[in-house]
Amino acid sequence: MNDIQDQRRNFLKTSVGVAAVAIAPGLLLFKVAHGKSDDDSKVRWGMLIDTANCAEGCKDCVTACNKENGLSGGLAPTDSQWIRKIEIKDVSTGHQFALPMMCQHCAEPPCVDVCPTGASFKRYDGIVLVDKHRCIGCRYCMMACPYKARSFVHAPLHDQNPDVPRGKGTVESCTMCVHRVDEGKQPACAEACPNKSILFGNLHDPNSEIAKKIRSVSSAQVRADLNLNTGIRYQGI
Amino acid sequence: MSVPGLRLLLLVLISLCIPNVWADQSLPYKIDIGRGGHCVRDPVWMRKNHMHLLIHQRDLTVREGKPNKEIDLRNCVECHASTKDDSVIARSDSFCVACHRYEAVKIDCFECHSGIRKSAWLQRNAK
Repeated sequence: MNDIQDQRRNFLKTSVGVAAVAIAPGLLLFKVAHGKSDDDSKVRWGMLIDTANCAEGCKDCVTACNKENGLSGGLAPTDSQWIRKIEIKDVSTGHQFALPMMCQHCAEPPCVDVCPTGASFKRYDGIVLVDKHRCIGCRYCMMACPYKARSFVHAPLHDQNPDVPRGKGTVESCTMCVHRVDEGKQPACAEACPNKSILFGNLHDPNSEIAKKIRSVSSAQVRADLNLNTGIRYQGI
Repeated sequence: MSVPGLRLLLLVLISLCIPNVWADQSLPYKIDIGRGGHCVRDPVWMRKNHMHLLIHQRDLTVREGKPNKEIDLRNCVECHASTKDDSVIARSDSFCVACHRYEAVKIDCFECHSGIRKSAWLQRNAK
């Protein structure tokens, strides 16, 4: 009798063990797939753009971006554009304003979701980048992006900025000037804006200028209905 | 012979040995090492293993945002670019090209990365 009980006990123990071993990797993978919550990070770089100060016709941010990152500045469909100026008019009221549009550095980026090679990724500090070592140029991310923020490099490039590697056959977009940010500097567009309407800073630091301002004024995300939690926010739209 | 005289003789003998050491590490092709120098590891080790350092560091730099000042392609180029044309890829005896051509290994680093010394690039593009 005791013997049978022991056997049964051992059988149950082993079954539990086997089940745990079988389930554990699944749980781990589930955790990996969903990534770490964005709120854990002490840093999340973002921008607050004041459209009231953004002058119509002024393209200083675009020019600065092109120069910093070595873009041609051309507007052909095959030319890279990391940031563009958009002028919007509300037809019913006649209210007209301008704003710069670029990668919105979403907390839940659709480009990262669709990337088949893991080249599109979000850094710990919220900057969404393309790892060109892994990019195969399939352009799924360009289709997934609701902001039309990404470009594809169609032709071989020469004489790139040593800080900004770019190359044919890969997708690229605004990097929030990651090479400057890592050195403690501001992105080129924020620095170039003559009206200081681009405020760059750490959204997760409650004492930063941007966090204080975002608390005190009303700001909006473009296509907030998509729940992407963008890092670029606009004031006055 | 006095002691300083012996020391001098020893020094002369040792200095005579140096070309032999070089001969052991000499390469069967012409290579322009630029400014050269020895910052990461010794040249023989680097010749064999530089790609492992680069491929490991690139993920840390790009994906985790942890750049390493020492193992940084820009740093390699800074010292090893030719003093004549500021490039590691411009000529057949340029630092990267010379070995890679001899070994028939294609390098695609410089399709995206700049093969030009950053200080020279900045000087040229300063406006």
